[in-house]
Amino acid sequence: MTLTVNGEATTVPTPSNVEDLLRRLRIDARQVAVERNRTLVRKTDYAATLLVAGDVLEIVSFVGGG
Amino acid sequence: MTHSTANPADRVLRVGDHTFDSRLFVGTGKYPDLEVMKTALEASGTQCVTVAVRRLKLGVPEGKSLLDYIDRQRYVLLPNTAGCFTADDAVRTARLGREAGMSDLVKLEVLGDKDTLLPDPAGTLEAAATLVGEGFTVLCYTSDDPVVARRLEDLGVAAVMPAGAPIGSGQGILNPNNISIIIERATVPIIVDAGVGTASDVAVAMELGADGVLLNTGIALATEPVRMARAMRAACEAGRDAFLAGRIPKRRYASASSPTEGTIAFAGE
Repeated sequence: MTLTVNGEATTVPTPSNVEDLLRRLRIDARQVAVERNRTLVRKTDYAATLLVAGDVLEIVSFVGGG
Repeated sequence: MTHSTANPADRVLRVGDHTFDSRLFVGTGKYPDLEVMKTALEASGTQCVTVAVRRLKLGVPEGKSLLDYIDRQRYVLLPNTAGCFTADDAVRTARLGREAGMSDLVKLEVLGDKDTLLPDPAGTLEAAATLVGEGFTVLCYTSDDPVVARRLEDLGVAAVMPAGAPIGSGQGILNPNNISIIIERATVPIIVDAGVGTASDVAVAMELGADGVLLNTGIALATEPVRMARAMRAACEAGRDAFLAGRIPKRRYASASSPTEGTIAFAGE
């Protein structure tokens, strides 16, 4: 299935959850936060959050800023 | 009153559940590199640093990240909502920041204009109400308008952060009268945020009675960021001491410092 991750079309196997997606993208889950369809996904819910085709995900981390 | 010259007493700054000995809050953007940032933060003496929340670059091998240069034992993270122009975007960004940083603090900014980066008061009030309701400790960036500051306090923000001048402009404290009014009427800490160009700007804010100053560009883009960080620290402490010490009133005419009695016989006497 195809998702939009940080604005880019991304294909993942079905089924996948948020934890699977982060592993597939080689992202260290400790230093990021994830939003799915404009709603925050708590870290404790990554494994239980099944992704659906067309989902829009934002994966963020901290950068320098004032 | 103290007569000791060593460390005259001052209360710690309390923001929500957090306490700070340093009254300087320093941003982590725009430094020449992360090593310089790390050293500058140390030189500034700050205990609280702002960070921005941005999309992770996908497909780029993870090198060292910002957090590798920030000692979480030493600094409290203050994620910001910089770059948000609606209350909704700011609230979403704040939630992401809290989840990424495991910190209840947020520097809320809802901007109204891309050229001035001045705050949108309506959006700021709306987002502040939501975030306070969700248990955030909200440090709220705002204009130097005393009425908006009061409205934010009424909503329950932990600190009001009026701009001295537009973000990154280095113009200093443009309206000391308004900042003074905000400070005099405040029931929460007032942290002057934005506009600091050099050390005297920090001193001015602190002499007015501000509880703290937040700055970024003034240090990060100085020719020598580490030296400027040290200057900002000294100015913050000097301004705070000057405020606590109680300055003399300004007067139009001179007042001699030396006795007018007991001078020698002058010519013509």
